[in-house]
Amino acid sequence: MTMKKITVKLNGAEHSAEVEPRLLLVHLIRENLNATGTHIGCDTSNCGACTILLNGKSVKSCTVLAVQADGKEITTVEGLATAEGLHPLQEGFKENHGLHCGFCTPGMMLRAVELLENNPNPTEEEIRWGISGNLCRCTGYNNIVKAIQYAGAKIRGDELPSTEPEFV
Amino acid sequence: MTKIRCKTSKEIGGMGHSMKRKEDARFIQGKGNYVDDVKLPGMLYMDIVRSPYAYAKIKNINSEEALKVPGVVAVVTGRDLEKYNLHWMPTLMSDTQMVLPTDTVMYQAQEVAAVIATSRYAARDGKEAVMVDYEPMKPVIDAHKSLDADAPILRPDKEGKTDNHIWHWEAGDKEATDKVFNEADVVVKQDMYIPRIHVASIETCGCVANYNKVDNHLTMYMTTQAPHAIRTVIALVAGHVGLTEEKIRVISPDIGGGFGGKVPVYPGYVIAIAVSFLTGAPIKWIEDRTENLQADSFARDYHINVEMAGTKDGKIQATRFKVLADHGYTDASANPSKFPTGLFSIGTGSYDYNNAFMEADAVYTNKPPGGVAYRCSFRVTEAVHAIERITDRFAMEVGKDPAQLRMENFIKKEDFPWKSPTGWEYDSGDYHAGLKLAMDTVGYDDLRKEQLEKRAKGEWMGIGISTFTEIVGAGPSKDFDILGIKMFDSAEIRVHPTGKAIARFGTKSQGQGHETTYAQIVAEELGIPAEHIQVEEGDTDTAPYGLGTYASRSTPTAGAAAAMAARKLREKAKKIAAYLLEVSEEDLEWEPGKFFVKGAPEKVKTIQEIVFASYTNHPPGMEAGFEATHYYDPPNLTFPSGAYICVVDIDPETADIKVRRFVAIDDCGHIINPMIVQGQVHGGLTQGIAPAMYEELIYDEDGNILNGTLMDYLVPTAVESPNWETGHTITPSPHHPIGAKGVGESPTVGAPPAIANAIVDAVSHLGIKHLDIPITPFKLFKKLKEVGAIS
Repeated sequence: MTMKKITVKLNGAEHSAEVEPRLLLVHLIRENLNATGTHIGCDTSNCGACTILLNGKSVKSCTVLAVQADGKEITTVEGLATAEGLHPLQEGFKENHGLHCGFCTPGMMLRAVELLENNPNPTEEEIRWGISGNLCRCTGYNNIVKAIQYAGAKIRGDELPSTEPEFV
Repeated sequence: MTKIRCKTSKEIGGMGHSMKRKEDARFIQGKGNYVDDVKLPGMLYMDIVRSPYAYAKIKNINSEEALKVPGVVAVVTGRDLEKYNLHWMPTLMSDTQMVLPTDTVMYQAQEVAAVIATSRYAARDGKEAVMVDYEPMKPVIDAHKSLDADAPILRPDKEGKTDNHIWHWEAGDKEATDKVFNEADVVVKQDMYIPRIHVASIETCGCVANYNKVDNHLTMYMTTQAPHAIRTVIALVAGHVGLTEEKIRVISPDIGGGFGGKVPVYPGYVIAIAVSFLTGAPIKWIEDRTENLQADSFARDYHINVEMAGTKDGKIQATRFKVLADHGYTDASANPSKFPTGLFSIGTGSYDYNNAFMEADAVYTNKPPGGVAYRCSFRVTEAVHAIERITDRFAMEVGKDPAQLRMENFIKKEDFPWKSPTGWEYDSGDYHAGLKLAMDTVGYDDLRKEQLEKRAKGEWMGIGISTFTEIVGAGPSKDFDILGIKMFDSAEIRVHPTGKAIARFGTKSQGQGHETTYAQIVAEELGIPAEHIQVEEGDTDTAPYGLGTYASRSTPTAGAAAAMAARKLREKAKKIAAYLLEVSEEDLEWEPGKFFVKGAPEKVKTIQEIVFASYTNHPPGMEAGFEATHYYDPPNLTFPSGAYICVVDIDPETADIKVRRFVAIDDCGHIINPMIVQGQVHGGLTQGIAPAMYEELIYDEDGNILNGTLMDYLVPTAVESPNWETGHTITPSPHHPIGAKGVGESPTVGAPPAIANAIVDAVSHLGIKHLDIPITPFKLFKKLKEVGAIS
């Protein structure tokens, strides 16, 4: 099969690779570039575990060919934290118990990055629709919603909501 | 509400603290280590050719073209495995299952051949190039027809098999129960189907089998909920080729959700081991989602006839259950050995009556084998659905409010321990308090008024209740084993000289948060801050033997073992403290983290000082060091309970169903970490609404699966999943060292009947008495049309 040379910027670092034109972007990220924080949960683009940012837009990297990412910037979960610390979404997920097994979490957070960029103060319903392309089998979503609300408040500089469980 | 009291400071972080999870740091930064992240030098990839037919003879498998595909190294068939007697394997229920077929395929998507290649893509190319000639046969798909005289006998390989019947099971007193039924004022009966569903954890199954020829040693990285049991199973299956148990290391890395689907041994694992054994190369096999949904163990698939007898003023007197269980082509259930129907006999419910009789028959069909739990303690969900639906039917029949009827029939708090009609001893419960709290929280009386007002206007809303008793924590060794291995579990605590600890367990978290909660149990008992207790599981070379995590058993078994091992250490600590303070042990008093002399609190030794002394200045005659192990054999199971209330609104034109509110009050005894318990309840509730309204694996009459991908098998998203309202009562387990009960599965067990009861309640005035789950708008629409309520 003809190979094609591509260059991508993954979390700020430039990488070149010789790839088959059919190679999925998620496999480039996981196998060629060894960034295994991005996961694969289905083969029909339903689960969203492989969600990344491609030039700042959230995409399911199982539905993009690696060659389509040539010359573009990719952000994965490994690129969320900075020298200053965790990204507000990472903090939000940890503080609000927004994850159990952690498998959907990277995709869920990357999707939420774009959601909050487009809508810095979303309602619960807007969050639920906004992450409806990402499946979580463990958490029942309540605390994912809370995690995203918390991150929104943090990014806006508002007072942070309580992270205590709302037990009757 | 029962207030959670913490005995330890926040710094120590023992029981009752909503400590943030220790494991999260790696998961939120992409540093989890799941099985597909394992990459070894020289690793080959495996893909599996699967059958397009539900029942067919294999006439020929031609690998010629596949072997020409660049990168393809080998194609393995059943005939190849037959040479090593590895083409069949035992199931956990002592049935047999093909690893790869030699002659016949028994269900659509069954493994037919394996392709080994140097890359994932080459393996897939090779798979497409394998040519298989089949001679299709008419399959048995409908369980009700599997025992017909003209049904083909699906398992002629089993000696003396003349039909498709697998086993018959009974519990309770038939004669006494029949007598009550014959004399009862009121008898209600209902046929119901609890559909075949799939756990669909977001991570599928997979492994990396790495056999080292030089050392004759196998390391098996595998998404398994029960690594130790798997090691023993591998040794039993492969011992005859020299792979004995000390030569096998199973490593269960981070797991992306289990829910029971990662308990069984699937053929792919055995093929990967066999190929690694023959080639000496590491073999990676990761199934894709479609394979996962179509071939891995299903859950449920119980056809139930349930009956309830009672008085006309609403006193429950007896129940009868008759089950037809569809197991697919082999009984590959993940149940304790002596329990073919799992713990279905909990189905007598939370109600005070003395007579019940249950029977079940299992049959073979041309469907994938199973079944597994789907976040349920061995067939409890099926049982609870039946009892909670029939209780509502009974309430409707005698004209009583379903909450009132439940209140009048509950087992009373003071009657525990309570012996159930099928022989269980419920340890503790306060069902009245739970239901009262749920009713107060949801505003039950106001909702009933609103419902009447709405009905007058032609609007439909429904209120559904489920008050369930769960049975978790398998289990006491007198009854519970898997392949003969008793279902204890274990903890090993090793405290280092500076007072920090490592604790290892025979269980394996798949998201339940063991690294945090187990540390909190040890912190509670020893006063060492939970932050400084590192928890490890999943490596059979380092962790003590245990039966794993499923059926909500981790807290009841390994959690108990953690407390017991820590208590052994506290006894040792007391001796050392007495020695250091030069007093007798009787003069000492404990408070979390320190021993002090009674009446002289300034004479004190902290646990850290005591541990340090155990390495540097231990009393003469005492063993040095500070470690303990405990294998906990529970005296009984634990019986958590819950009271759930669901409120639905139904669109009278489209039959669209909206869950307006859902209140879940759970009682799991003492709570280790409220945040984690609440999180478990949230997640279980979404896995409860899933089968109640969305999920079912559907087969046509030829055995083709009609919804075998995530495009059409509807796992709820954040939109379908409502905002769950949760709460708790606390009725400690009297026999568990820390008074805790399991909780992870209660909501999955309790939610479906609450939802089904709510939907039926919304339309009961139109003459609808029952709807099978999943209750989709289309199913409801058809029923409404049938009764003439919608045109």
